[in-house]
Amino acid sequence: MSEMPDFVSTSLVSTLADMAPPRRAAGVWRSAWRRFRRDGVGVVALAVVAAYAVLIACTGSGLVARHWQDEVGVPDAPPSFLGAPARATAGAAAPASAAAAAPAALDIADVDPLAPRYKEWNERAAQYHAQARPVAASLPFGGDRLGRDVLSKALKGTQISVSVGVLAAIVATLIGATLGALAGFFGGRVGDLVEWVYNVLTAVPEILLFFAFAAVFGRGISTLVLIMGLTGWTGQYRQVRAEFIKHSRREYVRAAEAIGASAGARMFRHILPNVSHVILVRMSLMVVGFIKAEVILSYLALGVATDQVSWGTMLAESQNELVLGHWWQLAAATIAMAVFVTAFSLMADAWRDALDPKLRGQR
Amino acid sequence: MFAYLLRRLWQMIPTLLGVVLLVFFLFRKFGVDPVQTLASLNATPREIAEIRAQLGLNEPWWYQLAVFAKGIVTFDWGRSWATHETIAHLMATRLPATLTVTLPILVLDTLIAIPIALGVAYVRGSLTDRAIMVGTTVALSISFLVYVIVGQYLFGFQLGWFPVQGWSDSTWTNLVVYAPLPVLLAVLVGLSPQTRLYRSFFLDELGHDYVRTARAKGLTEPAVLFGHVLRNALIPILTNVGLGLPGILIGSFLIEVYFSIPGIGREVLLAVNRSDYPVIQAVTIYVAMLTMVANLVVDVSYRAVDPRVVLR
Repeated sequence: MSEMPDFVSTSLVSTLADMAPPRRAAGVWRSAWRRFRRDGVGVVALAVVAAYAVLIACTGSGLVARHWQDEVGVPDAPPSFLGAPARATAGAAAPASAAAAAPAALDIADVDPLAPRYKEWNERAAQYHAQARPVAASLPFGGDRLGRDVLSKALKGTQISVSVGVLAAIVATLIGATLGALAGFFGGRVGDLVEWVYNVLTAVPEILLFFAFAAVFGRGISTLVLIMGLTGWTGQYRQVRAEFIKHSRREYVRAAEAIGASAGARMFRHILPNVSHVILVRMSLMVVGFIKAEVILSYLALGVATDQVSWGTMLAESQNELVLGHWWQLAAATIAMAVFVTAFSLMADAWRDALDPKLRGQR
Repeated sequence: MFAYLLRRLWQMIPTLLGVVLLVFFLFRKFGVDPVQTLASLNATPREIAEIRAQLGLNEPWWYQLAVFAKGIVTFDWGRSWATHETIAHLMATRLPATLTVTLPILVLDTLIAIPIALGVAYVRGSLTDRAIMVGTTVALSISFLVYVIVGQYLFGFQLGWFPVQGWSDSTWTNLVVYAPLPVLLAVLVGLSPQTRLYRSFFLDELGHDYVRTARAKGLTEPAVLFGHVLRNALIPILTNVGLGLPGILIGSFLIEVYFSIPGIGREVLLAVNRSDYPVIQAVTIYVAMLTMVANLVVDVSYRAVDPRVVLR
């Protein structure tokens, strides 16, 4: 800790001489925050993402949407805001067909060999009381095939999908940044080895890796996080490696070496803080990518387990529902996802512009 | 140049070796036991042992690896374990279907995105530019799956412009009847990221001094844009297209699964599900080779586009 001011001042002199006075330790982040606040779109996006974060905290702790699996409505219940007509026709159709079917039933007691036992069975059956739960004819945002509340599902799905995306991005960043730092800093044999792993992994089609890993770990959130983390680190690696190659030859790193800083200290205490914004921006782009990948994987039945819900499983279910005209589950998942991903991408863009003006306009 | 090519080809060998090892051990170690999927549900242990012996799974791992390596060298991969179709025949029959869909997607995406991107880059900061940028951001935030589900429902089912799905034996019928809907949807999806990417390339070029010089010496705007900016921006664009090339082999697996197109992507998913090693191995090696060759072609084509580039 005693070295902090020393390192900060050196790094600031070399990289940020005209951006902040050298004495301020939090210069990079504070000036970035200042630039970020000026970006109206970025601030709004941040607010939306923060709202999602609160929502996810609520669903995660069980305050909201805890009973998303309860079948609270009739199957494919329409949304309440569609109004009475839809409900009236749906309600009227069912009893009518039931009444029409009843007289048609034939009395076959004379020829039915099981007929003598009907009474006994009826008595036995009477001992059991099936409690019919009242189900709503319509739900706030409609119901799915089983009559589960789509709104609760969307809330719970948001929690799962976003957590998967964020966790996978963290795993991928840890792998990619570590390998990138090693390859970029040491170069030589180590660099060649890691570069070889990178080349091999990028030459194999991703979907094959997904399948292979999914076969080992089974379905579930942790599987998704692992397979996306294990296959998705290459972009982060590439970028961190380039940054480390660039920085390891800078004066401040040379100076640190001259005063006896070990390789580890130079990599993680000196260079890492100077490239952390690059890592952070890449990581936020990865979150978006992984959230989208989860949807595809869930559709291919490689995603979250069957007793969990995510945007991907909701969309996969909605394929069959849409043909019947039940569009609400599709709409709920799409809107929840589109708003979050749009806000998150805009926030990431604003971050990138604020943290590294040189990268502006890149995607 | 020749020495460069030779060295690059030489460097592919260790990568290919890594791919071979990865695929070989990944599926043998972690994949589903192929015998399990091939044997009938009530197969006796003896039958299972026979299948195992027949597939050569009782041989030591190095022997199986050698068989795999022989396949790579001779391009004779043997037969699919599940269908007993030769791999060569399988590739020859599935590849056209895949290319019928993926090639138009790649070409159309690139050809449509370049003019749009050049246009919005030229009027950067204007209302048009900002509207298109917001539009692409929103378009990007919607899942591919939603495009496919809604697109099939809307254009295929409701409006009836295209068949919902299907495939025929005639390439021409496929191209004009069955491919348009998947292609249209994939192009729609691909357009947003490509437009954004190419716009950033063009913006980068527009900021250079040579653009100002060209204008200063009195060139017309079209001449500046198409003669100078576009030509220079072709390098990153080519890179992007080149890196997307291997994807045309199995990149559209979701489209193929969704629209039941009998292509390579769907075949790979089937093969993985039944642990059909010969198919998995063959396709992986082909994709890996294509990836490496595409990288090489991109690097070499830099030279053609920009004479300043020296290949070392």
